[in-house]
Amino acid sequence: MLQIEDLHATIAGKAILKGLSLAVNSGEIHAIMGPNGAGKSTLGYVLGGRPGYEVTGGSVTFDGQDLLALEPHERAAAGLFLGFQYPVEIPGVSNVQFLREALNAQRKARGEEPLSGGEFLKLAREKAALLRMDMDMLKRPVNVGFSGGEKKRAEMVQMGILDPRFAVLDETDSGLDIDALRIVGEGINAIMRHPGKGVLLITHYQRLLDYVKPDFVHVLAGGRIVRTGGPELALELEERGYEAVA
Amino acid sequence: MSGESSVKDQAARDAAARVADYEHGWSADIEQEFAPKGLNEDTVRFISAKKNEPEWMLDWRLKAFRLWLTMTPPDWAKLNVPAIDYQDAYYYAAPKAKKVLGSLDEVDPEILRIYEKLGIPLEEQKVLAGVEGARKVAVDAVFDSVSVATTFREELKRAGVVFLSISEAIREYPDMVRKWLGKVVPVRDNYFAALNCAVFSDGTFVYIPEGVRCPMELSTYFRINAENTGQFERTLIVADKGSYVSYLEGCTAPQRDENQLHAAVVELVALDDAEIKYSTVQNWYPGDAQGKGGIYNFVTKRALCQGARSKVSWTQVETGSAITWKYPSCVLNGEDSVGEFYSVAVTNNYQQADTGTKMIHNGARTRSTIVSKGISAGKSNNTYRGLVRVGANAEGVRNFTQCDSLLLGKECGAHTVPYIEVRNPSAQIEHEATTSKISDDQLFYAMQRGLAQEEAVALIVNGFAKEVLQQLPMEFAVEAQKLLGISLEGSVG
Ligand SMILES: Nc1ncnc2c1ncn2[C@@H]1O[C@H](COP(=O)(O)OP(=O)(O)OP(=O)(O)O)[C@@H](O)[C@H]1O
Ligand SMILES: [Mg+2]
Repeated sequence: MLQIEDLHATIAGKAILKGLSLAVNSGEIHAIMGPNGAGKSTLGYVLGGRPGYEVTGGSVTFDGQDLLALEPHERAAAGLFLGFQYPVEIPGVSNVQFLREALNAQRKARGEEPLSGGEFLKLAREKAALLRMDMDMLKRPVNVGFSGGEKKRAEMVQMGILDPRFAVLDETDSGLDIDALRIVGEGINAIMRHPGKGVLLITHYQRLLDYVKPDFVHVLAGGRIVRTGGPELALELEERGYEAVA
Repeated sequence: MSGESSVKDQAARDAAARVADYEHGWSADIEQEFAPKGLNEDTVRFISAKKNEPEWMLDWRLKAFRLWLTMTPPDWAKLNVPAIDYQDAYYYAAPKAKKVLGSLDEVDPEILRIYEKLGIPLEEQKVLAGVEGARKVAVDAVFDSVSVATTFREELKRAGVVFLSISEAIREYPDMVRKWLGKVVPVRDNYFAALNCAVFSDGTFVYIPEGVRCPMELSTYFRINAENTGQFERTLIVADKGSYVSYLEGCTAPQRDENQLHAAVVELVALDDAEIKYSTVQNWYPGDAQGKGGIYNFVTKRALCQGARSKVSWTQVETGSAITWKYPSCVLNGEDSVGEFYSVAVTNNYQQADTGTKMIHNGARTRSTIVSKGISAGKSNNTYRGLVRVGANAEGVRNFTQCDSLLLGKECGAHTVPYIEVRNPSAQIEHEATTSKISDDQLFYAMQRGLAQEEAVALIVNGFAKEVLQQLPMEFAVEAQKLLGISLEGSVG
């Protein structure tokens, strides 16, 4: 479903991704672990098409389509979702307004009918309930005044509403309390564990993987995948650290 | 008496004839009701004659004109205003003469078509069709300088509300007009106001009687249409004791090469316990991306909160015009009276805006709130200029001012110029100001969720302006939101 080959990318002229290759088949969940500064978030941004992240080599295909040729919003409409490590605040714009506009923009791009206000609210309520988030939170401006954990949970509500086919979740677990971690983990399973979908789960800890069992675990270091294994690799990493394992 | 008026009529006809003979082979043919280019006393007489005005009105205009000749344009605003040749403009243009109309159905379909193209909500159609529960919006449609239709007059009449073109009001309610005209904005207030007094061609008069809540929102749509036509609207709204009215003003103009001057005067009067809500969406042609053309908008808007506990709330969304010079203000004379100013001003490309408000606290315990949101893009300049003045005898005054600027791009300017003059130590004055940019983070975040860049900009800008937009009546708010996005097209990336 997602095919990354020999990907090279720079930020401000500095090489960050240096020949990264990775393939995710539909129905699979892959975890990516790796030391700080390794390029994990960079990979997510490059997949999302963030300006300033320049691809200097390699290719990314998404269901056979050249992902890198698309604008960020076109990638979203194609079904790509990025769960941000640091979700962004948008003052004055409620989550409801933001997500309804975003969803309808995606639907329009796909040639689907827009959702009415009522239909959207029903959907939003359902997904908020799935993540045990109070509907009142969704009426507040996007991420403004949200705690770290609330922001991460809100990201997952967004994912539920937008219903992507592929999600890159960048440290969605960091900042979550113990109960929230379980709720979010179960939420990810409910939304994304599906034969037609795929997930790249970027994380530093095994704890999220207890809930969201990965099919593969990769170690990203120095801008490339240096090791790939099954779920047991994460446990090994947790025990022995990157230096010993990768 | 009748002798006098026939003398006046004769004088007016003579003036019209003189003007008519000027140049361009213009004739008094009623089909072509343009006054020739240029401005002199005869132009003033011509306008007054065309409007069938009483003598006192003509005298008032002439006095204003003579005063104007001695005045100079204000130069304190942060604006670069090209020299205006006042002789190279028309001061009176009217569509073909038509009989007085009873309803919108009778309006020239061509005019209605243009309004439709401008996206003006046709709520009035629903009401005309008798749609149950349809929001009643009376439209005093002003095409060029002449009111061609006034609807719902009957219903308003039943409530005792007077909603007329100012020309009609001068004839039908001369005492009321005479009592207040020029009392809020004196003739000599400023250069543009004086000019307006001399040559205003039409506008709106509203009177809400004691204790009446106006049964519908009143709205006037202006449109500038004729080439080189100066527009000088005049609005006077008087809210009697304990009354309430919400008035909407919106306008837009088609693409045009030539600069056009617009110098309106709006006067509001609120007596004891009266409330006036005045909302504007201004979308005049801002000039092209190179800064060519566009409207010059030099407006004087002021409210007199004369009565105790009276309240006036100005809300404006300013997206158009090449140059905007506008300070809707409140003179808070009545004890416990309240003034509010909510503003969004957008400038893009080479637009310049110097806008803000004056809150003059003369009465005890008067309160004011100022919320200004300036959005600058392109090579534009956007200035907030606000005065809060507290008189020596005004005890217990409160003011809160919030001034936020949002910058899109690196070549635009945002400026905040607050003046605070407090002569009574009991006053509580708060001023907050922020300047921010649309961050790359925000843009990418919104785009990652599916919004195209321009949609993302529009969304973020609307969020920034929300406190102001939510002051607008519902249908206006939707229109204004769209407008903000449209105004900023091409401003990022
Ligand atoms: N704008 C920038 N200019 C220069 N270097 C940058 C810029 N943005 C990121 N980097 C660098 O790119 C490298 C990769 O950063 P990235 O955020 O992808 O790391 P990460 O693997 O996600 O780390 P963490 O686990 O801490 O989240 C880091 O060394 C970072 O300092
Ligand atoms: Mg990271």
